[in-house]
Amino acid sequence: MGWAQIVLYSVVLLLCAKPLGLYMARVLEGQTTFLSRVLSPIERLIYRHSGVKPETEQSWKTYALAAILFNVLGMLVVYALQRFQGELPLNPAGLGGVSPDSAFNTASSFATNTNWQGYGGESTMSYLTQMLALGVQNFVSAATGIAVVAALIRGVRARETNSIDNFWADLTRSTLYILLPLSGLFSLVLVSQGAVQTFQPYAKATFVQPTKDADGKPVTEQVIALGPAASQVAIKQLGTNGGGFFNANSAHPFENPTPITNFLSMLAILLIPAALCVTFGEMVKDRRQGWAILAAMTFLFAAFLIPCVLAEQSGNPAFARHGLTTNANWEGKEARLGIENSALWATATTAASNGSVNSMHDSFTPIGGLAPMVLIQLGEVVFGGVGSGLYGMLVFAIVTVFVAGLMVGRTPEYLGKKIQAYEMKMASLVILIPCALVLLCTSISFVWPSADPSVSQAVKGMANPGPHGFSEVLYAYSSMGNNNGSAFGGFSANVPFHNFLGGVAMWLSRFWLMVPVLAIAGSLARKKVVPTGPGTLPTHTPLFVGMLCAIVLVVAGLTFIPALALGPGIESLRMAGGAR
Amino acid sequence: MRELVVAIRLFIVLTVLTGVVYPLIVTWIAQTAFRDKANGSLISKDGKIVGSRLIGQPFDDPKYFWSRPSATVPFPYNAAASGGSNLGPLNPALVGGKDSAGKEVPGAIADRVEALKVAGSSEGKVPTDLVTASGSGLDPHISPEAADLQVARVAKARGMTSDAVRAIVNAHTEPRQLGLFGEPVVNVLELNLALDVAQQQ
Repeated sequence: MGWAQIVLYSVVLLLCAKPLGLYMARVLEGQTTFLSRVLSPIERLIYRHSGVKPETEQSWKTYALAAILFNVLGMLVVYALQRFQGELPLNPAGLGGVSPDSAFNTASSFATNTNWQGYGGESTMSYLTQMLALGVQNFVSAATGIAVVAALIRGVRARETNSIDNFWADLTRSTLYILLPLSGLFSLVLVSQGAVQTFQPYAKATFVQPTKDADGKPVTEQVIALGPAASQVAIKQLGTNGGGFFNANSAHPFENPTPITNFLSMLAILLIPAALCVTFGEMVKDRRQGWAILAAMTFLFAAFLIPCVLAEQSGNPAFARHGLTTNANWEGKEARLGIENSALWATATTAASNGSVNSMHDSFTPIGGLAPMVLIQLGEVVFGGVGSGLYGMLVFAIVTVFVAGLMVGRTPEYLGKKIQAYEMKMASLVILIPCALVLLCTSISFVWPSADPSVSQAVKGMANPGPHGFSEVLYAYSSMGNNNGSAFGGFSANVPFHNFLGGVAMWLSRFWLMVPVLAIAGSLARKKVVPTGPGTLPTHTPLFVGMLCAIVLVVAGLTFIPALALGPGIESLRMAGGAR
Repeated sequence: MRELVVAIRLFIVLTVLTGVVYPLIVTWIAQTAFRDKANGSLISKDGKIVGSRLIGQPFDDPKYFWSRPSATVPFPYNAAASGGSNLGPLNPALVGGKDSAGKEVPGAIADRVEALKVAGSSEGKVPTDLVTASGSGLDPHISPEAADLQVARVAKARGMTSDAVRAIVNAHTEPRQLGLFGEPVVNVLELNLALDVAQQQ
C-alpha cells in the first residue's frame, strides 16, 4: 500500500501541473483568468493604495533593486515584531520578546523563503508574530520567487529590449491570483480534517493518568498549544516555505491531522514548482521546453525517492536485537502516516526548497538521511522553491548547452539566444555560491571555538555521537546555504554563533543568486534571436534531459562527495558492520 | 527613492491582505463550519477537558493501553512543546552500546521492551512503533498490532474478558483513509476513555 500511495502521488502531481501551469502563465502575462472578475478590482485597489504603476517597464537592475528593497524591508519588520511581541497584542500565552540573534536568524530565514527554524513555534512566537511577521513573509517571499522566474523567462523570449517588466506587478499578481486562492482553499481542507484555526488561548486538559516530569514531580495538566495554524500551514506548503506553526512541524497532529492532509500537503509542496515548468513552456511558446525541464526534475526526484523509501523500510538492523516485529525505522515517525509517507515527504520537501517535515530526519537511517541531504545540495533545482527552483534549473540548462557547445566547438544557444561569456559568468555564480556557502560555513563552525575553547561550535551543538553528529552540522549548513529549512533537528543551532552565520548564509544564498539570475535575464533580453540551424542543440529531447541531469549530479558530486563520506558514508558502513 | 516608497506602501498593503484579512477570513469560515475541529477537537468529560482526540497522552498503568513513547520535555506528551527524540539510528541512547563515557548502556528501546514485559505484555515480538518515539511526541495513535499485544494485559488488570476488551479495541481501530491513505491505527486516548466507561457499567 505504501508504494501505491507513492505512485498515486506522482500521477496526481503531474496531472495537476498542466492546468495550473497554463493558468499561471495567463496570470504572469497579465491576461484575464476565471478569477479576474473577483480579483481584478482588488488588484487595482492594491495598485492605487501602493502607488504601483503596473505598466512601467523596469530594467533588470531596477527589478533587482525593487526585489531586494522589498525583502530587506520585510526582514526588518519580522525582526522588530519578534523583538517587541511581548508588548504587542494577540499573545495569549504571554511569550516574551525573541533574543536578537534568534530574531535575526528567523527574519533572514523567512525573508529568504528558507524557513529554517532555530526556535520552537508554540513556545516562542505569539499569534501576532506568526500571522503578521511569518505568515506575510510566507506569501511575499514565495511571490518574489515567482516574479524572478517570470522575469528570467521574459528575458529568454524577448527580442532586443531592456525591459523585463515590472516587479511590483509580478509580486502582486503572484500573491493575489496564485498563492492566496490556493492557500484559502487548502487551509479549509486542513481544518475540515482537524487542523486548528483559532485565536483562543492554549487549552488546558487534565491527564487521564497523571504522569511525572524529568525530576519525578507529578504532572496532571496537559497544556495544549493552539492558534491560527491552518491558514499558515497552507501557505507554508504551497509557497515552499516550510516553517512550522508548531515545533514538530507537519508531524504535529494539529498541522497534519490525517493521511489525507498528508497527501494534499505533499502535493502542495511540489505543485507550484512542477506547474511552473509548464508555465515556462507556455510563455516561451514551445511547450516541449517546459516538459523537458519537468522530465529532468522528475527523473532526479525518483532517483533519490526510491533509495530513501527502501532504506527506511528495511530500517535499522539494531532493532532485531531487541525482538521487535520489524526493523522498519519508526523512530521519529507518526503512526497514522507510516514509513513510506514519511520517506516520500522527506524527499519531496528537500527536492523542493520547502523544508517542512512530517518525521524527524535526524532519526533516519544513513541512506534514508543521505537522500534528502543530497537533494538539498543539488542546489534546490529538483522542483526547488517556487520560482527559485525553475530559475536554478534554467541556469543549469544554460550550463548544459555551454558544455555541449564546447564538445562540438560551436557557440552555444538556448531557445535562440547565444550564450556568451557574460551569461556563463553569471551562471557560474549561481551554481558555485551555494556550494561554497555550505562547505565554508560547515568548516568555519568546526574550527570556531565555543565558550569551552577545546570544543568547536559545531561539536558543541551535536546531539548524536560519531559520524551522525557530523551529518547534523553538514545538513544544517546545506539547508541554510540552499534555502531549504529542514534540519537534522537534534543539532542545537539556536545559539548566537549559528544564528548569525546561518542568517548570513541564507541571505547570501537567496539574493546573491537572484541578482545574477536577473542579470542573465537582462542580458538575454537585449540579444537578437538567432534562427535554428543544423548545429543547434535541440533542448527538448531525451538526450538533453539526460545531459541536464548529468550536469546537475556531477556538479554536486564533485563538490560534496568528500563531505558526505565523512557523515552518512561512514555511518552506513558502521550500520552494515553491526556497530554497537 | 521612488522604488523605496512603493516598496513600503506595497509592503503595508500586502501585509494587511495576507497577514490580517486572509487569516481572519479563514478563521471565520473555520469557526463557522468546523467549530469543534478548529478549536482542537477537545474531549470533555463531566464538564472538564480531558484531552484532544488528536493529541496523545502518556500511560504506564497496566489497565490502560500504552501510547507510543514521547520525547517531549520535561514530561512526555507535553502539548506545549512538541518534538521528536532526534536520536540517530546508531545512537547508544536508542539502541544500546557504549556511550560517550565508555559505559555500556541498554538504550531506550531495551528499557521500553522490558517495561512492557514487567507490566505483563510478554508474549510474542513487540511491534516496533510501540517502543520508538514519534516525530511530534504527541502521536495519538498506535498500530493495531501494538494494541493486540496489550489486550491480554489490560483485560487481566481490569478483570474483563479479552474478548470484551478486543471488541472495544476494534471499535476504535481506524482503517486506512478511503482504504488507501496512511496506515491503520488505534486512537489510544479514546480507547482508554471507552474502557473506563465500559468498566463502570
